[in-house]
Amino acid sequence: MTIEAFMLWGAMPALAASAVCATIRLLKGPSLADRAVAVDLLGAICIGFVAAFALAVDEPMLVDVALAIALIGFLGTVAFARYIERGA
Amino acid sequence: MFSLILSTTARAIMPLTLVFSVYLLMRGHNAPGGGFVGGLIAAVAFAIASLADGVATARRALVVDPRRLMAVGLALALASGFGGVAAGQPFLTGQWAEVMVPVVGKIGTPLVFDVGVYLAVLGVSLTMLFALSEED
Repeated sequence: MTIEAFMLWGAMPALAASAVCATIRLLKGPSLADRAVAVDLLGAICIGFVAAFALAVDEPMLVDVALAIALIGFLGTVAFARYIERGA
Repeated sequence: MFSLILSTTARAIMPLTLVFSVYLLMRGHNAPGGGFVGGLIAAVAFAIASLADGVATARRALVVDPRRLMAVGLALALASGFGGVAAGQPFLTGQWAEVMVPVVGKIGTPLVFDVGVYLAVLGVSLTMLFALSEED
Protein backbone atom coordinates (compact mmCIF):
# COMPACT_ATOMS: atom_id res chain seq x y z
CA MET A 1 0.00 0.00 0.00
CA THR A 2 1.45 3.33 -1.01
CA ILE A 3 1.32 6.31 1.31
CA GLU A 4 -1.09 8.05 -1.09
CA ALA A 5 -3.51 5.12 -1.01
CA PHE A 6 -3.26 4.88 2.77
CA MET A 7 -4.09 8.58 3.11
CA LEU A 8 -7.10 8.28 0.79
CA TRP A 9 -8.52 4.97 2.06
CA GLY A 10 -7.21 4.77 5.63
CA ALA A 11 -6.60 8.18 7.20
CA MET A 12 -9.30 10.21 5.50
CA PRO A 13 -12.26 7.89 6.33
CA ALA A 14 -11.06 7.75 9.93
CA LEU A 15 -10.89 11.54 10.03
CA ALA A 16 -14.34 11.77 8.47
CA ALA A 17 -15.75 9.42 11.13
CA SER A 18 -14.25 11.53 13.91
CA ALA A 19 -15.59 14.68 12.26
CA VAL A 20 -19.09 13.14 12.38
CA CYS A 21 -18.64 12.31 16.08
CA ALA A 22 -17.40 15.84 16.83
CA THR A 23 -20.36 17.35 14.94
CA ILE A 24 -22.81 15.25 16.97
CA ARG A 25 -21.20 16.58 20.15
CA LEU A 26 -21.34 20.10 18.72
CA LEU A 27 -25.10 19.80 18.06
CA LYS A 28 -26.03 17.97 21.29
CA GLY A 29 -23.38 19.28 23.70
CA PRO A 30 -25.34 20.28 26.83
CA SER A 31 -23.06 23.16 27.84
CA LEU A 32 -21.25 25.85 25.91
CA ALA A 33 -17.89 24.41 26.99
CA ASP A 34 -18.74 21.08 25.31
CA ARG A 35 -19.45 22.92 22.09
CA ALA A 36 -16.21 24.91 22.33
CA VAL A 37 -14.23 21.69 22.75
CA ALA A 38 -16.09 20.15 19.80
CA VAL A 39 -15.19 23.15 17.62
CA ASP A 40 -11.54 22.84 18.67
CA LEU A 41 -11.63 19.14 17.81
CA LEU A 42 -13.13 19.93 14.39
CA GLY A 43 -10.24 22.33 13.83
CA ALA A 44 -7.74 19.60 14.70
CA ILE A 45 -9.52 17.17 12.35
CA CYS A 46 -9.37 19.85 9.66
CA ILE A 47 -5.59 20.09 10.15
CA GLY A 48 -5.40 16.31 9.79
CA PHE A 49 -7.43 16.41 6.58
CA VAL A 50 -5.23 19.09 5.03
CA ALA A 51 -2.05 17.22 6.00
CA ALA A 52 -3.42 13.91 4.66
CA PHE A 53 -4.49 15.60 1.43
CA ALA A 54 -1.05 17.21 1.11
CA LEU A 55 0.48 13.73 1.29
CA ALA A 56 -2.11 12.18 -1.04
CA VAL A 57 -1.63 14.70 -3.84
CA ASP A 58 2.06 15.32 -3.06
CA GLU A 59 1.68 19.09 -2.62
CA PRO A 60 4.01 20.47 0.09
CA MET A 61 2.36 23.89 -0.11
CA LEU A 62 -0.68 22.51 1.73
CA VAL A 63 1.39 21.81 4.84
CA ASP A 64 1.64 25.59 5.33
CA VAL A 65 -2.16 25.72 5.25
CA ALA A 66 -2.25 23.16 8.07
CA LEU A 67 0.27 25.25 10.00
CA ALA A 68 -1.84 28.39 9.59
CA ILE A 69 -5.00 26.58 10.74
CA ALA A 70 -3.12 25.25 13.78
CA LEU A 71 -1.93 28.71 14.80
CA ILE A 72 -5.30 30.42 14.26
CA GLY A 73 -7.37 27.59 15.75
CA PHE A 74 -5.42 27.98 18.97
CA LEU A 75 -6.46 31.62 19.17
CA GLY A 76 -10.10 30.71 18.56
CA THR A 77 -10.17 28.19 21.38
CA VAL A 78 -8.43 30.59 23.79
CA ALA A 79 -10.90 33.36 22.94
CA PHE A 80 -13.82 30.95 23.44
CA ALA A 81 -12.45 29.94 26.85
CA ARG A 82 -12.00 33.59 27.82
CA TYR A 83 -15.61 34.47 26.99
CA ILE A 84 -17.03 31.38 28.68
CA GLU A 85 -15.03 32.28 31.80
CA ARG A 86 -16.32 35.85 31.73
CA GLY A 87 -19.95 34.95 31.01
CA ALA A 88 -20.41 32.16 33.55
CA MET B 1 -8.09 36.30 34.96
CA PHE B 2 -4.36 35.68 34.62
CA SER B 3 -3.39 32.12 33.69
CA LEU B 4 0.23 31.07 34.02
CA ILE B 5 -0.20 28.18 31.56
CA LEU B 6 -1.71 30.43 28.88
CA SER B 7 0.87 33.16 29.48
CA THR B 8 3.78 30.73 29.11
CA THR B 9 2.25 29.13 25.99
CA ALA B 10 1.66 32.55 24.46
CA ARG B 11 5.30 33.47 25.03
CA ALA B 12 6.34 30.33 23.08
CA ILE B 13 3.76 30.67 20.30
CA MET B 14 4.05 34.40 19.63
CA PRO B 15 7.58 34.39 18.09
CA LEU B 16 6.70 31.29 16.07
CA THR B 17 3.63 33.00 14.65
CA LEU B 18 5.60 36.16 13.82
CA VAL B 19 8.29 34.16 12.01
CA PHE B 20 5.60 32.34 10.03
CA SER B 21 3.96 35.65 9.09
CA VAL B 22 7.25 37.08 7.79
CA TYR B 23 7.85 33.83 5.89
CA LEU B 24 4.44 34.16 4.22
CA LEU B 25 5.19 37.81 3.39
CA MET B 26 8.58 37.05 1.82
CA ARG B 27 7.49 34.22 -0.43
CA GLY B 28 4.25 35.86 -1.50
CA HIS B 29 5.45 36.69 -5.02
CA ASN B 30 6.04 33.14 -6.17
CA ALA B 31 3.81 31.00 -3.95
CA PRO B 32 0.63 31.29 -1.90
CA GLY B 33 1.06 33.97 0.75
CA GLY B 34 1.71 37.68 0.62
CA GLY B 35 1.26 40.81 2.65
CA PHE B 36 -2.41 40.33 3.50
CA VAL B 37 -2.25 36.86 5.07
CA GLY B 38 1.11 37.68 6.60
CA GLY B 39 -0.37 40.73 8.30
CA LEU B 40 -3.35 38.72 9.56
CA ILE B 41 -1.11 36.00 11.02
CA ALA B 42 1.04 38.67 12.70
CA ALA B 43 -2.14 40.18 14.15
CA VAL B 44 -3.00 36.73 15.54
CA ALA B 45 0.34 36.72 17.38
CA PHE B 46 -0.51 39.99 19.14
CA ALA B 47 -4.09 38.84 19.74
CA ILE B 48 -2.75 35.82 21.63
CA ALA B 49 -0.49 38.12 23.66
CA SER B 50 -3.41 40.43 24.49
CA LEU B 51 -5.59 37.48 25.57
CA ALA B 52 -2.87 36.00 27.75
CA ASP B 53 -1.28 39.05 29.40
CA GLY B 54 -3.76 41.84 28.76
CA VAL B 55 -4.02 44.55 26.13
CA ALA B 56 -1.45 46.83 27.81
CA THR B 57 1.27 44.15 27.50
CA ALA B 58 0.36 43.50 23.86
CA ARG B 59 0.58 47.24 23.13
CA ARG B 60 4.01 47.36 24.76
CA ALA B 61 5.13 44.33 22.71
CA LEU B 62 4.05 46.11 19.51
CA VAL B 63 6.09 49.22 20.56
CA VAL B 64 4.40 51.56 18.05
CA ASP B 65 0.76 52.60 17.96
CA PRO B 66 -1.21 50.37 15.53
CA ARG B 67 -2.78 53.47 13.93
CA ARG B 68 0.71 54.67 13.02
CA LEU B 69 1.41 51.25 11.44
CA MET B 70 -1.67 51.74 9.26
CA ALA B 71 -0.45 55.11 8.02
CA VAL B 72 3.13 53.94 7.42
CA GLY B 73 1.86 50.87 5.55
CA LEU B 74 -0.37 52.87 3.23
CA ALA B 75 2.43 55.37 2.60
CA LEU B 76 4.87 52.54 1.74
CA ALA B 77 2.37 50.93 -0.64
CA LEU B 78 1.75 54.28 -2.34
CA ALA B 79 5.47 55.07 -2.54
CA SER B 80 6.21 51.71 -4.19
CA GLY B 81 3.94 52.74 -7.07
CA PHE B 82 6.23 55.63 -8.00
CA GLY B 83 9.11 53.22 -8.70
CA GLY B 84 7.45 52.49 -12.04
CA VAL B 85 6.87 56.20 -12.73
CA ALA B 86 10.55 56.95 -12.05
CA ALA B 87 11.55 54.33 -14.64
CA GLY B 88 9.23 55.92 -17.22
CA GLN B 89 6.60 53.18 -17.03
CA PRO B 90 2.97 53.27 -15.77
CA PHE B 91 2.23 53.72 -12.07
CA LEU B 92 2.73 50.55 -9.95
CA THR B 93 4.81 48.74 -12.63
CA GLY B 94 7.11 46.36 -10.78
CA GLN B 95 10.81 47.25 -10.77
CA TRP B 96 13.24 44.50 -9.78
CA ALA B 97 16.83 44.89 -8.65
CA GLU B 98 19.31 42.69 -10.49
CA VAL B 99 21.20 41.64 -7.37
CA MET B 100 20.01 38.71 -5.29
CA VAL B 101 19.87 39.35 -1.55
CA PRO B 102 20.61 36.29 0.61
CA VAL B 103 17.56 34.76 2.37
CA VAL B 104 15.14 37.38 0.99
CA GLY B 105 15.85 36.66 -2.68
CA LYS B 106 15.08 39.19 -5.39
CA ILE B 107 14.02 42.58 -4.11
CA GLY B 108 11.95 45.16 -5.92
CA THR B 109 9.01 47.51 -5.61
CA PRO B 110 6.40 44.66 -5.34
CA LEU B 111 8.15 43.61 -2.13
CA VAL B 112 7.88 47.17 -0.80
CA PHE B 113 4.19 47.16 -1.75
CA ASP B 114 3.67 43.86 0.09
CA VAL B 115 5.43 45.17 3.20
CA GLY B 116 3.09 48.17 3.06
CA VAL B 117 0.04 45.88 2.82
CA TYR B 118 1.43 43.81 5.70
CA LEU B 119 1.81 46.84 7.97
CA ALA B 120 -1.59 48.27 6.98
CA VAL B 121 -3.42 44.98 7.66
CA LEU B 122 -1.56 44.54 10.95
CA GLY B 123 -2.41 48.10 11.98
CA VAL B 124 -6.09 47.88 11.03
CA SER B 125 -6.76 44.54 12.69
CA LEU B 126 -4.88 45.46 15.88
CA THR B 127 -6.60 48.86 16.12
CA MET B 128 -9.98 47.11 16.00
CA LEU B 129 -8.91 44.29 18.32
CA PHE B 130 -7.34 46.50 20.98
CA ALA B 131 -10.28 48.92 20.92
CA LEU B 132 -12.75 46.07 21.34
CA SER B 133 -10.83 44.43 24.20
CA GLU B 134 -10.23 47.70 26.04
CA GLU B 135 -13.94 48.54 25.95
CA ASP B 136 -14.81 46.17 28.79
